[in-house]
Amino acid sequence: MRLTITALVGISLTACMGGGGDVASASDADADKEEAVAVDRDPFPSTYVPRFSEPTLIMNATVFDGVGGRIDGGAVYMVDGKIAMVGNAASMSLPAGINTIDGSGLYVTPGIIDVHSHLGNYPSPGVPAVSDGNEATSPNTAEVWTEHSVWPQDPGFSRALANGGITALQILPGSANLFGGRSVTLKNVPGRTVMDMKFPGAPYGLKMACGENPKRVYGNRGRSPATRMGNIAVTREQWIAAKAYDEQWDKYEEEGGKMPSRDLTKDTLRGVLDGDILVHNHCYRADEMAIMLKLADEFGYKVTSFQHAVEAYKIPDLLAEAGTCSAMWADWYGFKLESYDGIRENVAYVHNGGACAIVHSDDADGIQRLNQEAAKALAAGRRQGIEISDAEAWQWLSANPAKSLGIFDQTGSLESGKNADVVLWNGDPYSVYTRPQMVWVDGALMYDANDPNRRPVSDFELGQPGEGDVK
Amino acid sequence: MKRLLTALAASLIAASPAAAQPVAITGGKLVIGDGSAPIDNGVVIVDDGRVVAAGNVAIPQGAIIVDASGKWVTPGIVAGYSRIGLAEVDGGSGPTDVSAGNSPHSAAIDVAWGVNPSAEPIRVSRADGVTRALVAPGGTNSIFAGQGAVIDTGMDYDPVTRAGAFQYVYMGQGGAQLAGGSRSAAALQLIDALTQARDGRPSTDRPEEGALTDADIRALRPVVRGEVPMLVAVERASDIVNLIRIKRQFPRIDMVLLGAGEGWLVADQIAAAGISVIAEPTANRPASFDQLAATQSNIGRLRAAGVDVGVALISDFVNRNARNGRQLAGNLVALQKVPGHTGVSWDQAFAMISSVPADMMGLGGEIGSLRSGRRADVVIWNGDPLELMSVPERVWIDGVEQDLTTRASRLAERYREIGEGQFPEAYDR
Repeated sequence: MRLTITALVGISLTACMGGGGDVASASDADADKEEAVAVDRDPFPSTYVPRFSEPTLIMNATVFDGVGGRIDGGAVYMVDGKIAMVGNAASMSLPAGINTIDGSGLYVTPGIIDVHSHLGNYPSPGVPAVSDGNEATSPNTAEVWTEHSVWPQDPGFSRALANGGITALQILPGSANLFGGRSVTLKNVPGRTVMDMKFPGAPYGLKMACGENPKRVYGNRGRSPATRMGNIAVTREQWIAAKAYDEQWDKYEEEGGKMPSRDLTKDTLRGVLDGDILVHNHCYRADEMAIMLKLADEFGYKVTSFQHAVEAYKIPDLLAEAGTCSAMWADWYGFKLESYDGIRENVAYVHNGGACAIVHSDDADGIQRLNQEAAKALAAGRRQGIEISDAEAWQWLSANPAKSLGIFDQTGSLESGKNADVVLWNGDPYSVYTRPQMVWVDGALMYDANDPNRRPVSDFELGQPGEGDVK
Repeated sequence: MKRLLTALAASLIAASPAAAQPVAITGGKLVIGDGSAPIDNGVVIVDDGRVVAAGNVAIPQGAIIVDASGKWVTPGIVAGYSRIGLAEVDGGSGPTDVSAGNSPHSAAIDVAWGVNPSAEPIRVSRADGVTRALVAPGGTNSIFAGQGAVIDTGMDYDPVTRAGAFQYVYMGQGGAQLAGGSRSAAALQLIDALTQARDGRPSTDRPEEGALTDADIRALRPVVRGEVPMLVAVERASDIVNLIRIKRQFPRIDMVLLGAGEGWLVADQIAAAGISVIAEPTANRPASFDQLAATQSNIGRLRAAGVDVGVALISDFVNRNARNGRQLAGNLVALQKVPGHTGVSWDQAFAMISSVPADMMGLGGEIGSLRSGRRADVVIWNGDPLELMSVPERVWIDGVEQDLTTRASRLAERYREIGEGQFPEAYDR
């Protein structure tokens, strides 16, 4: 009595999984045994709908395609929400009579994707009533899903769109816990519900943390973990329990019988062990990252990314070998001891070492200037003689983030067939003097600096001082 | 290692004769720092730690020539608000000298005693062209946080340019909490303290808890006389209007608003009251209910109304990231290209991180520009100093060339190549 296992263990966000009450047909041999019941792995599915998109052609711009290519005098053609053509305008046969933007002196890039944001779960205003990022009640709160904390009215989303050219972002729960809960990947478009913003098909992430935060939070309460060794011990204990749970459920799904009790915490860890949920591990120090990679080997999962990987530059070889991305700030350092060794060359060194480098924000202000942060990192690398082109460095902002979120098949580069998540910049995007001029999400023009009507105003801002002002 | 020694040797060679004979920095794009436009092929003459002349000026005979062709030459950046030198690291790493919440004193506390000139945040700031900084205390259990200092970032153990340079006061929501829970309580505490300082006698109905000591009241006397500026953290427009009312009661007070996120709503009143502002260019979110109207156009609009505005990092990372003030200033320039926004010109933006904060501290005759007579704080940059990819190549403070090495630069050298040596990285110095 084999249930449709492939559907269960595949990417979990297919909306066809049903309500959880479907019973598979029993095989003749085991007619007395109860049949396995499919559990709905996607009870809060995306209801995102791309907005109206007009076929649009950008001409004569400098194009960074997001995967290392640069086209001078380039053209980007968007139709039906997708990238239809990218290339040198002079050598392309381009449609006439459609909406055409002269990009002379301007730059076109894929939309920026921030893999570490707390917009919505630590929104503006920063008051306790909406401070919903850390479920700091137990070292393992893998049962919480941060999408249930995200307040779609956070004014920070529109700031990230208008100033940052952010088209997608991962919202993570906080780092108080060894297992903080599930992350969610959003399109940066306003929605009435968080489901309206969920990136269709994006896998869930699991936020894990090592280092000072979990040991401080629980150590201060006189319980484990209170040390770094406690962090690792408790993490391993949790994985041992999760493995047992996983095996129990695998058996049930194979053979039926009595359904094991559901455990939301272990459900999430099981998703990791099955490869459906991606691990994003808050970890600063190189030595700790190395331990976390070994721990992942021990239990048979992969660390998809280290977040805040301040010391990644010390271990690019280990990171490259593991295929683990490092999400980094350009120049944050010293705000706690585990960030003491931060250097501005970090991103470039990781990239140069053959590992996956990402520039992230973890900040409602920083998310508005990730292009500027990348510029600082790029310049620091060049001063050390590491030649990375402007176009190549854009991977840190679009392709690599998309890969680490499992959405690179849909976005993160300007390639035919991909979602038209695009930014037109009013100058060199690595210059401090440059801002987004237009931002498209799935081909829909969601921000236009020249059009006050294309500037979202959240419910929170309605009727307040400054409503609808340039921000 | 070789690279480091060479750099150090170069700086020593350049530094020692500077005291003996004039140095002429020539050929660069020269920024005076007073809001004037850059001068192509400008010259700065430095002698005995001071700027002798700058502009299209003649080079004196016998001067040591420093060729800055293709570079930018500017005064050192003045961080308009910071706490560099008060903490090596923040959370979880032991005590710092930022705040004194358990002290019986408040307004009298003098932050100058806590500045450690060899702290990494000072070295990092220096390496990024910040030569002077306002250092504010982090707070007490009163609205009076204490006396801030103006420091240099030089590589000696003599960092204080001026102690007791300003009194730092929390109003708005933060002040309300410190004063007992409401803005009304904060206003009362402020007015009462200033009254005691003005009249030179303690109040007779001082409660035990939260009372100001005699030392605190003494520290407020030069403030109420206008001899020491009062830097007030405030964001909400209505709070700013209230401060203008309080200033009418104490008209000599030299008031500088810090933050003032909603300042643009009452820009004309701020200008009319002769109050200046230090603001953060990128503050554009309603981070609190005090900042509902926050916009990046705040500074441009304030300036258009005639308010003197300095630029600083205020909301976060003030213990170490003074170096990013120039990025923030650059962002103000960017606004000129965005319809609907009010930005500022490049010349104004640079002055906002050099002469303007110096002027606010009454130190414009000493620091913040390359006008003749000022202390010779000079930076040679490899490009436009407001641009993200530019860095200082050489830095002088009081005419002495500075070492630009930091822990971070040492780490970057050490890990440039990994696993190549015979020994572990720890042997690579």
